[in-house]
Amino acid sequence: MITYENIHKSFGSNHVLRGVNLTVEPGESMVIIGGSGTGKSVLIKTVLGLIQPDKGRILVDGQDVTKVKRDAFLSRFGMLFQGGALFDSMPVWQNVAFRLQRGALKRPAAEAREIAIEKLRRVGLAPEVADRFPAELSGGMQKRVSLARAIAAEPEIIFFDEPTTGLDPIMSGVINELIREIVVEMGVTAMTITHDMTSVDTIADKVAMLHRGTIQWCGPRAQMAQSGDPHVDQFVNGRAEGPIETLR
Amino acid sequence: MSASIILIVRALGRLCIDAISALGRLVLFALATLSQVFRPPFYLREFSIALLNVGYLSLPVVGLTALFTGAALALQIYSGGSRFNAPEVVPQIVAIGMVRELGPVLVGLMIAARVTSSIAAEMATMKVTEQIDALVTLSTAPMKYLVMPRVLAGLMAGPVLVAVADSIGIFGGFIVATQTLGFNPATYVLNTVNFLTSADILSSMAKGIAFGFIATLMGCYYGLNSGRGAQGVGTATKASVQAAAVLILAANFALTAVFFSA
Repeated sequence: MITYENIHKSFGSNHVLRGVNLTVEPGESMVIIGGSGTGKSVLIKTVLGLIQPDKGRILVDGQDVTKVKRDAFLSRFGMLFQGGALFDSMPVWQNVAFRLQRGALKRPAAEAREIAIEKLRRVGLAPEVADRFPAELSGGMQKRVSLARAIAAEPEIIFFDEPTTGLDPIMSGVINELIREIVVEMGVTAMTITHDMTSVDTIADKVAMLHRGTIQWCGPRAQMAQSGDPHVDQFVNGRAEGPIETLR
Repeated sequence: MSASIILIVRALGRLCIDAISALGRLVLFALATLSQVFRPPFYLREFSIALLNVGYLSLPVVGLTALFTGAALALQIYSGGSRFNAPEVVPQIVAIGMVRELGPVLVGLMIAARVTSSIAAEMATMKVTEQIDALVTLSTAPMKYLVMPRVLAGLMAGPVLVAVADSIGIFGGFIVATQTLGFNPATYVLNTVNFLTSADILSSMAKGIAFGFIATLMGCYYGLNSGRGAQGVGTATKASVQAAAVLILAANFALTAVFFSA
């Protein structure tokens, strides 16, 4: 279980998070929606220690994330980055098996490669892709490789940061389906950041909307349409007019 | 009038505070890097690749620079020495000039241009594309995995490159002196060897270590602290080379003062 307690974060004069309170239950797929620049990615990165909150605390299974052993703690997580964040200096299989080639989870190279190929297959990529470099792959393939890397070490919690950004609608659908399948199959706790409503429909058990630094609304996906919150309503229906200010 | 003086003083004060805090951050980064030297895990593969890039692949540019500089130095000393009837000092001055100053400084500036820029650009790009964040989430400390191997490679390759530059520079002077200035080859070599002292060579190696450290450290520091986007990468690369070049020249002065001021 992930619990955010009154999280604040500012970058200079920009107060991104102004007291976020949120709970993600074990095995739940929580999707965070909200406009660009509202701090959705910051929310994920604070859990992993990539960004330190100014105030508040984050608990994972009741443990404060600032008081855990980093290596063991991070080995519980997988993350799919917005741009893939694949290491372009190494071939695909080494990217996927990165965690299996060093540290506490280290395996023999042949076994690590075997696992990488199996994970690549799981995300719909042929074994031949294993020896190619990330720069030789299309955007959709890079997302799949990044997804394979996120699941390679069998994590308990997976973060998906804008998984469909930059992809065409068909490939977005494929990635959404893959994420849903993997989350259900592995029984992991998932947190997805997106402003793509197709992703929300496919991936989410619960949805939380981040607006002006706080959770504006949180509830089961099925209740989102009847939330009665004008912010959610405007966002879901993509209307320019409403309580969320837009620049024209 | 007094308001404008206050403004100037305030701007100067801010500049000083910024400079001191930048220096403080750099020193802390250097200490954090050095504190990792003996702590596992050790990434041997990354270290080998860094050693290849910093050391072996720098040899052509270092060698050519030293060769032409040694050759030019011989011509200059011959020409200058002739003015006071001492053209025969060419081997001694070429040797001392290359070993004490030009060899180390040229190596420092060449690796600042070649290695510092490449490290800064690579790391800044990794930061911009979230590869650094990805490393952290994969339980790998960027300081150990990216910085340590490169800085260690700089420390080890620096003195070797300086030794190569010193030798090739002296050889450049030898070629010019014996082929165009009429020096006897055996006498030239003998004068060179007899004139150099162990302190000359020791200072040269010490400078190589220091400059290798500075060049790689600046690349890592500016790369990991780069701003966003293509502009961030460009700015980090430019700043890293500038800082490395200035610090190398400043360290050269400091080390020269330490070794030869007495």
